[in-house]
Amino acid sequence: MAERVATATAGSPTRALAGRTFPARYRVATRRAETPDVVTLDLEPLDDPIPPPRPGQFVMLYPFGTGEAAISVSGLGDGGTLQHTIRAVGATTRALCALGRGAVVGVRGPFGSDWGVGSPDLDGLDVVVVAGGLGIAPLRPAVHALLGRPRSGRLSVLVGARSPADLCFADELGRWRRRADLHVAVTVDAAAPGWDGSVGLVTDLLAAAPFDPRRTVALVCGPEVMMRLAARGLEAAGVAPERIRCSLERNMHCAVVRCGHCQLGPLFVCADGPVLPWATVAPLLAVREL
Amino acid sequence: MDGRTGRDEPDAGRGTPAVVVDVDGLDRMIRGLARAGYRVVGPVARDGAVVLDDVDGVADLPAGVGDEQDAGRYRLTGVAGGALFAHTVGPHSARRFLSPPRRTLWSAARDGDGFTVDGPAADDPPVALVGVRGCDLAAIAVQDRVRQRSPHPDPACASARARAFVVAVDCARPASTCFCTSTGTGPAAGPGHDLALTELTDAHGHRFVVRVGSDRGAAALAGVPWRPATAADLDAAARVVGDAAGRITRRLDPARARDVLAAAPEHPHWDDVARRCLSCANCTLVCPTCFCTAVEDVTDLAGGHASRVERWDSCFTLDHSYLHGGAVRGSTRSRYRQWLTHKLSTWWDQFGETGCVGCGRCIAWCPAGIDLVAEVAAIAGAPGESGP
Ligand SMILES: Cc1cc2nc3c(=O)[nH]c(=O)nc-3n(C[C@H](O)[C@H](O)[C@H](O)COP(=O)(O)OP(=O)(O)OC[C@H]3O[C@@H](n4cnc5c(N)ncnc54)[C@H](O)[C@@H]3O)c2cc1C
Ligand code: SF4
Ligand code: SF4
Ligand code: FES
Repeated sequence: MAERVATATAGSPTRALAGRTFPARYRVATRRAETPDVVTLDLEPLDDPIPPPRPGQFVMLYPFGTGEAAISVSGLGDGGTLQHTIRAVGATTRALCALGRGAVVGVRGPFGSDWGVGSPDLDGLDVVVVAGGLGIAPLRPAVHALLGRPRSGRLSVLVGARSPADLCFADELGRWRRRADLHVAVTVDAAAPGWDGSVGLVTDLLAAAPFDPRRTVALVCGPEVMMRLAARGLEAAGVAPERIRCSLERNMHCAVVRCGHCQLGPLFVCADGPVLPWATVAPLLAVREL
Repeated sequence: MDGRTGRDEPDAGRGTPAVVVDVDGLDRMIRGLARAGYRVVGPVARDGAVVLDDVDGVADLPAGVGDEQDAGRYRLTGVAGGALFAHTVGPHSARRFLSPPRRTLWSAARDGDGFTVDGPAADDPPVALVGVRGCDLAAIAVQDRVRQRSPHPDPACASARARAFVVAVDCARPASTCFCTSTGTGPAAGPGHDLALTELTDAHGHRFVVRVGSDRGAAALAGVPWRPATAADLDAAARVVGDAAGRITRRLDPARARDVLAAAPEHPHWDDVARRCLSCANCTLVCPTCFCTAVEDVTDLAGGHASRVERWDSCFTLDHSYLHGGAVRGSTRSRYRQWLTHKLSTWWDQFGETGCVGCGRCIAWCPAGIDLVAEVAAIAGAPGESGP
């Protein structure tokens, strides 16, 4: 027979698969509590690092024996360091949030589309960043990239949280606020003693943000209802739906167009998304239970 | 069978003259595949159905076994003449062997305060699938295109697929549930086989007209007695397939189904289906093109070793669309809509073709007798184009 049976060689996985088909190992270098249930981890590679993620992309994080979770990059450091900001909501994310300094975690990625902030398409355009809750996590590296860009228009960062205690990256928001090249506004649903900022919806912050709607790109991430409100507000202000980019969440088991779980109509959110133009997703999200 | 044997392999490829082998020749071919290292899998009658399992030779094949299928109904029958492939498709399909229902993707072992990762396990032996029908041959190709869309195709499945040997068979007795003439996938086995058989049981004896589809197919005939097919053999084979096609009455226009469903996410008929659908997931599990999987961790008791195990999943489960807080598709209505719309409509957007190969399995194996062809017709607003 022409076809020979391949002799099975057990063991060492090929480099090409590490970090994609099965995880590369990283070590927790620092762990910082952002809020009572949100933690930011800085991860340093133990194995060959995964290719550098672009802002908006995500990885699959694996705490030993406790599943994998899709988690965005919330920051990018030197030497292949990754930052992730995680809310403990279930078994996998609780295990991730419980990891201490020195603990080992598996990483596959990076996966999916990104905010496109590295693209010359944004040259000269105003950018409005709208974040609700943990939506600030995937947007943070986009802001970092935008602050460094050469031919920039104006940049606004509008942040909403449930309460002052739920605000992530509060120190950094404070530093951003003092910059002249950045408009920052923060609002909470419910104030607390000592809060002198605004109270209300994040979309209320659009009115005071400096942008020319005909020359603006908006980056939006947060709960789906919030993104819908934000997109509606931006559209009402005159921003074209093709220029409103939002980041979607769907159940994900594989992140590589295999498990089928992340489908939203014709889209595989793991590969076509998570960042998608509002013009594409609005008609899909309008169908209940799609 | 007299004639040439062994050493002179028929040439592969298009335009190759077909050859004829008898039942003993088929037996030798199956044994030859096993000797060459293949795990040979074929149809086996068991527990009231023709399923796919390991076969050693023709004695394991379901001689004289046919089937009757209808909406919500599948029954084996006796067929005179002792044909080995008088049945059509049962609940199993090739995907069971090319992308198995349960397998380990990778595993990890505790190591100090960290862990080590063991990549994908070594390849299993290659599989030789005997008796693959036209619809299932097409389904293998549909699943190939699904895999190719992945930015990181699964290495084990890609390898299993590349090494698989396929012996296809033309259908002679289509079931009432079949509609491969609509999807262009049967009853004759199309491209993608290594060998394709037409079974003949006429006055000239029980024999198989064999078309050679690849060099591997030609090589597999080495050691098997064969003779060139005569014009009479070829005529008889063409009649078998022509008669089979003529008996298929169920119709579905795949291009029209795409448009109909794309325009119908809020159609009231989904509520009607939801009243009948049990959300049992049978349709997705018997469908030869469905590919959804779930991955879960399996840890040993001591907690020192953990495997990532992939298993077949279905969009009919609540977990399929779970986001913390609840499932996106909480109602049966939305889950049935996902199944049918994905299969017949959004599959086009994702992969450039329909996800249905017309095998009829989901119709026969639905405990509620839901018939996708009739549901599409109802949504299209037309009277059913064919009845069960
Ligand atoms: C592209 C993307 C980026 C994300 N980025 C972040 C991030 O930066 N920080 C963060 O804290 N969370 C993020 N999430 C959400 C995170 O993936 C889920 O919270 C997590 O999977 C929940 O798993 P669990 O086992 O802890 O919870 P459980 O509720 O016990 O989850 C059970 C199963 O449901 C699925 N699931 C539940 N909720 C979600 C969800 N929201 N999204 C996807 N699958 C879910 C998972 O398959 C999980 O295995 C992101 C999700 C996506 C899709
Ligand atoms: S949808 Fe039904 S008829 Fe079509 S390929 Fe799947 S099981 Fe067969
Ligand atoms: S979403 Fe449903 S219909 Fe589509 S492949 Fe997965 S199980 Fe099959
Ligand atoms: S997450 Fe598995 S297909 Fe997208």
